[in-house]
Amino acid sequence: MNIIVTIFLICGLIFFFGGAVGIIRFPDFYSRLHPAGKLDTMGLLMTMLAMALYSLHDFCVASVLTSLKIILIVVFVFITSPTATHAIVDAGVRAGLEPWTKE
Amino acid sequence: MDNVFLYSGLFLAVIMALSLYRAVLGPTVLDRLIGVNAIGSKTTVLLILIGLIYEKVDMFVDIALAYAMLNFIAVLAASRYFQKRKGLYDEQETK
Repeated sequence: MNIIVTIFLICGLIFFFGGAVGIIRFPDFYSRLHPAGKLDTMGLLMTMLAMALYSLHDFCVASVLTSLKIILIVVFVFITSPTATHAIVDAGVRAGLEPWTKE
Repeated sequence: MDNVFLYSGLFLAVIMALSLYRAVLGPTVLDRLIGVNAIGSKTTVLLILIGLIYEKVDMFVDIALAYAMLNFIAVLAASRYFQKRKGLYDEQETK
């Protein structure tokens, strides 16, 4: 069980690391939003899954409740993170930020 | 198992420093918003990691849930605020 938790945790951290590097390296505001929105959410899913699994160790009602709450956080972030990214893009478009072009 | 959580928490803190770089350096105001949003979503994971290390997960899960909601509301409010704010337009002209 511990090995599964560690594997999930490491995958989540890899996604987070990719997200952070993506936010820094991308040239333009709009392209930076891709890693910020997607990779953070995916990394969050992986790490939260790992922690929910880990807290299921001593199988009593309280631990099941806690891991259910962790899954609730994952569902909540899955709904809100795209909405937040959409709001940022909406603000960017209205503010007149033009996307970066190749030349 | 504890030092696995400890080291992943430390690594997460380093990653937050990376996105802090974007939050500080970002040319336009909305880039800073991306950085803050990234830090916020990483903090929720860090909160539960700390909860696991201290074996008080049920307390920290509620805090993390509240923090996820706060982060979402903050990003929405900031993006709604920065749509028409004058400051953003000046940066556009000087670029």
